[in-house]
Amino acid sequence: MAHAHAVKRYSGLMDWLTTVDHKKIGILYLISGGFFFLIGGLEAILIRIQLWKPMNNFVSPDTYNELLTMHGTTMIFLAAMPVIFALMNAIVPLQIGARDVAFPFLNSLGFWTFFFGGVLLNISWFTSTGAPAAGWTSYVPLASPMFSEGHGVDYYVIGLQISGLGTLVGGINFLVTIINMRAPGMSFMRMPMFTWTAFITSALILFAFPALTVGLVALMFDRLFDGNFFDPSSGGNVVLWEHIFWIFGHPEVYILILPAFGIISEIVSTFSRKRLFGYSSMVFATVLIGFLGFMVWAHHMFTTGLGPVANSLFSIATMLIAVPTGIKIFNWLFTLWGGSITFTSANLFAIGFIPTFVMGGVTGVMLAAAPADFQYHDSYFVVAHFHYVIVGGLVLGLFAGLHYWWPKMFGRMLNEGLAKLTFWTFYIGFHLTFFVQHFLGLIGMPRRVYTYLDGQGFNGMNLVSTVGAILMGIGTIIFLINIAVTAAKPKNAPADPWVDGRTLEWSIPSPAPEYNFAQTPLVRGYDALWKEKMDGNKGMTPAEPLGPIHMPSPSILPFFMSLGLFIMGFGLMYHQWILTGTGALMTFGCMFLRSVYDDHGFHIDPDELKDKGVKA
Amino acid sequence: MSELSHVDGQLPHEPEKATLEGRNKVLGFWLFLGGEVVLFGTLFSVYLALRDQILDGPPPQELFSLPLVAIATLILLTSSLTSVFAIQAMHRNNRTALINWLVVTVLLGFGFLGLEIYEFIHYAHEGHTFSASAFSTSFYTLVGFHGAHVAFGVLWISLLIAQLFKKGLTVVTAPKVYVAGLYWHFVDVVWVFIFSVVYLMGKVG
Amino acid sequence: MMKRWHVLKRLLPLLAGVALLLSACGRADLSTLNPQGPVAQSQFDLMKLSISIMILVVVVVFAIAIYVLIRFRRRPGNDKIPVQVEGNHKLEIIWTVIPLILLVILGIPTIQTVFALAEDYSRDENAVVVKVTSHLYWWEFEYPQHGVVTAQELVIPTNAKIAIEAKTADVLHSFWIPALAGKIDTNPGGNVNRMFFEAPKPGIYYGKCAELCGPSHALMDFKVKAVEPASFENWVNAMKAPAQLPSDPEIAEVFQSECLSCHAVGELGGPAFPNLTGIGSRESVAGILLNTEDPEYENEGTTYENLYRWIQDPQAIKPGNAMPKVDLTEEELEGIARYLSELKLEGFDPAELQGNSVTNDDQEKQQ
Repeated sequence: MAHAHAVKRYSGLMDWLTTVDHKKIGILYLISGGFFFLIGGLEAILIRIQLWKPMNNFVSPDTYNELLTMHGTTMIFLAAMPVIFALMNAIVPLQIGARDVAFPFLNSLGFWTFFFGGVLLNISWFTSTGAPAAGWTSYVPLASPMFSEGHGVDYYVIGLQISGLGTLVGGINFLVTIINMRAPGMSFMRMPMFTWTAFITSALILFAFPALTVGLVALMFDRLFDGNFFDPSSGGNVVLWEHIFWIFGHPEVYILILPAFGIISEIVSTFSRKRLFGYSSMVFATVLIGFLGFMVWAHHMFTTGLGPVANSLFSIATMLIAVPTGIKIFNWLFTLWGGSITFTSANLFAIGFIPTFVMGGVTGVMLAAAPADFQYHDSYFVVAHFHYVIVGGLVLGLFAGLHYWWPKMFGRMLNEGLAKLTFWTFYIGFHLTFFVQHFLGLIGMPRRVYTYLDGQGFNGMNLVSTVGAILMGIGTIIFLINIAVTAAKPKNAPADPWVDGRTLEWSIPSPAPEYNFAQTPLVRGYDALWKEKMDGNKGMTPAEPLGPIHMPSPSILPFFMSLGLFIMGFGLMYHQWILTGTGALMTFGCMFLRSVYDDHGFHIDPDELKDKGVKA
Repeated sequence: MSELSHVDGQLPHEPEKATLEGRNKVLGFWLFLGGEVVLFGTLFSVYLALRDQILDGPPPQELFSLPLVAIATLILLTSSLTSVFAIQAMHRNNRTALINWLVVTVLLGFGFLGLEIYEFIHYAHEGHTFSASAFSTSFYTLVGFHGAHVAFGVLWISLLIAQLFKKGLTVVTAPKVYVAGLYWHFVDVVWVFIFSVVYLMGKVG
Repeated sequence: MMKRWHVLKRLLPLLAGVALLLSACGRADLSTLNPQGPVAQSQFDLMKLSISIMILVVVVVFAIAIYVLIRFRRRPGNDKIPVQVEGNHKLEIIWTVIPLILLVILGIPTIQTVFALAEDYSRDENAVVVKVTSHLYWWEFEYPQHGVVTAQELVIPTNAKIAIEAKTADVLHSFWIPALAGKIDTNPGGNVNRMFFEAPKPGIYYGKCAELCGPSHALMDFKVKAVEPASFENWVNAMKAPAQLPSDPEIAEVFQSECLSCHAVGELGGPAFPNLTGIGSRESVAGILLNTEDPEYENEGTTYENLYRWIQDPQAIKPGNAMPKVDLTEEELEGIARYLSELKLEGFDPAELQGNSVTNDDQEKQQ
């Protein structure tokens, strides 16, 4: 062996900064995504406190607009997506029987760019001109330099640009991983549903994020370099921004929700002890939703004035999405049908997801009818709709997934009692918050208002909504307590803690060893582990003899590459060219080093594996 | 262990696909190019939406000089061809020819960049500056994005030439050269679209 | 602890009241669920159709879900492995085709309504054309057929098509009169958006801005006053009557130098900011300070009080709006507020709005 000498392995903080292990990167995504989730949640609570009574003076209108902008931006880009990436990182390679992702180095790079982009965006709170205040959609002219003076929107543009790069890199990584790194026998039509949704989500990221990149570049040029893309007085076009934003923005909605569909499919199947009903139609529906997701962006723009032909086409295209979504709902229900259902906390979240998501889905179809949308658009009805889909759908899905895979990620079982308490507080709080908002919108309350006048009939429902939001906050705190309590317990989760695990990740110890599989498993069917269990086998049949396992070396370069972008962002914003140059030099210098010095990685020898009690 | 199987010094026929790392790299790069298609597609759409907004600036008919652009096109297309020769040389395991063809490709790339810089300076003198109108902003953004891609490609391929000198042609360097070739073709194809959509359509009006 | 109890005590009747509130469908002059004109009605019809279909879907899903969860829960001691069903083509076809049929049922009226509401009445002689221009944070209404410009209060005749041509002078806004018609965005540049609506009943309706436009987006309300065609004629004539300056020459001078530099009264003054002609006859000051003799809420007062409050510190009422706090003495402030509150439209006193308007109806209902 050429690698007799051990590659330097770090510990402590350096280990986390340099890690290229997908499981550790998953944990990094979870911690930082969770952190941003708390910030976004706090912003939401402040919003609801401001709105609990009419003409409230809790925050100023400027601060309110900053809060609503940062709440939306943070939750979508810095909380929801990273936690999705956390689960994808932690689980997808295990589900397909891979030892690693295709590009461990890029995986780390993706995390650090996301992280630094998010940090940059949030630094705006501490500047003299405050955070961006033009909404998460950042519509021009409001977001143009003339109407948003100061640097708020610059932070939005550059922060999202940097974190968007990370997401794009992550998307490509998962596509290649899933296409090239599946274990023998793991054909596409045997892949677990979560892996399928991760696959389609990654494809959507690949084709949607570059549009956002262009939009943000254009807005950056307008704001920082006197460009004219969106300046009507110089021939620019503001509707163009709406198109670019939503060509990205609508697929983004499906980027968020598809992984939740995957998580629900896994959990419902596991805890009803049944194979997923209509697996192939589920796959088909996922692909179709992904495809249709690109065809419907203008339903966010029915009131923009695109004309009746465009409005009709986008109405119909949008309604069509209900069909594959309906297929999924019924497939879940019929997976449960005839099963043997246990109500673990993970399953509670999954089962809670189904009716909630249906409610969000049907209001989606209602919104698709353009003339009726003229009434719903930009009212609280829309706020209710997308929170039903994103919180009632995605966040419940993420909670379900976290409770389900926690033992696989950390080797410890979350406390079931506290988890169920989390569910009930959060779930009741959620419906209390958002159900009434449908009606607020219908009786005439526009969204994004920092206050409302008394005597319009909005008071009671706003109060209910605020109480609900506080309950959701309490639910989240209980979840944090659960994490803390669990962290103090011994690391003793078995490989298959739910006993009825069906997929490959449950065939290896909890938490997964750094090489995942001592021997690559041979997959003999859908629900690979379940099939072995039913055939009376103890575990997976190995597809290879026990041999040395090649591992990539840790590297600090991704950290510095992203730090370079972060520095460059500041330089651009404040026109500090030396700073910009330093940042660029750092990023490109790291790329140069990466290209010139080959990473041969290192090997873990079979003896080492045997020491850990792996059977040969 | 696939990456160690060619210790005899003989490279396989397609060295870029000999290892899993290599195959991942090539596939990943194809996907990346898919994202780039969306990127340039969006830039083209933006340009098409704004190209009539020339305000007081010179109209494209007067501004663009086709002969200059035609020479630039010729240079870039030739460089695409030389990069094909380079990859063929790589498949023949001929390192010298590979390096030579890459050098020619890089030189042509520099030539293209020189012409483009000259062209931009000339336009700026005509009053067609970045901030003149929505047309000029979108023009410089689209063509400039492409120019930046060429500049990055030139630097990248230069770095690869240096690595080929030092490390030779191996299953590690081969995938790098191969994806750089893909990149270079992509940049060329984008230019063909720029030539037709920006310059030819600009001339026709 | 006591405090928490207090909140809870206040909450319980509230929660119980929610159901009641929901069925009330909101104020008739503000709610989309209580349409007051044919456009809002056709949109409401579509809403009813879609919600009926959707309730059907929700009921089916909930019923199956509840049945499944009760029937197939694992009983203690039951360790049986259920039959592993791959799928069922017949079922899968059913839940693909039925939604498709439901969508056709919804899709056809949707398209019909889209085209019906896209009708352009701006060249119709019987229609009243109104050019709506949105500003940070006020609304300008120009009547090109009548040569009249006003602000914050859209006066329209009943039973006539009102053809709106909407644009913005600055950022995006959205023009919305929930009880009469859905919204349309106002775009900058030459990008004019059209819509139309009709108000069969005389009344005063709420209008709102529905697109985030800056700090005072929440306060960018306006009023729509639908009056009988004869009253509308009176209004147009009154709007064109020659302007009169304050009788007190000192106040008149201050008014001319401080106010008319931006605002117009009749033929006097500048057009850049809200036209003040007949402001004493309007329902509100700045769209949000409601004029009433018997104030109930923070934002209500007599016309004089509201004008006084507004001129005294516009930024406190509508943060970020373009009107500065003008340096006036107490006498000047009172004089100008008094003058403006008495700046009424001669001969425009629509009797149809007294007593039987939508607003009054509704306020009775709320009590």
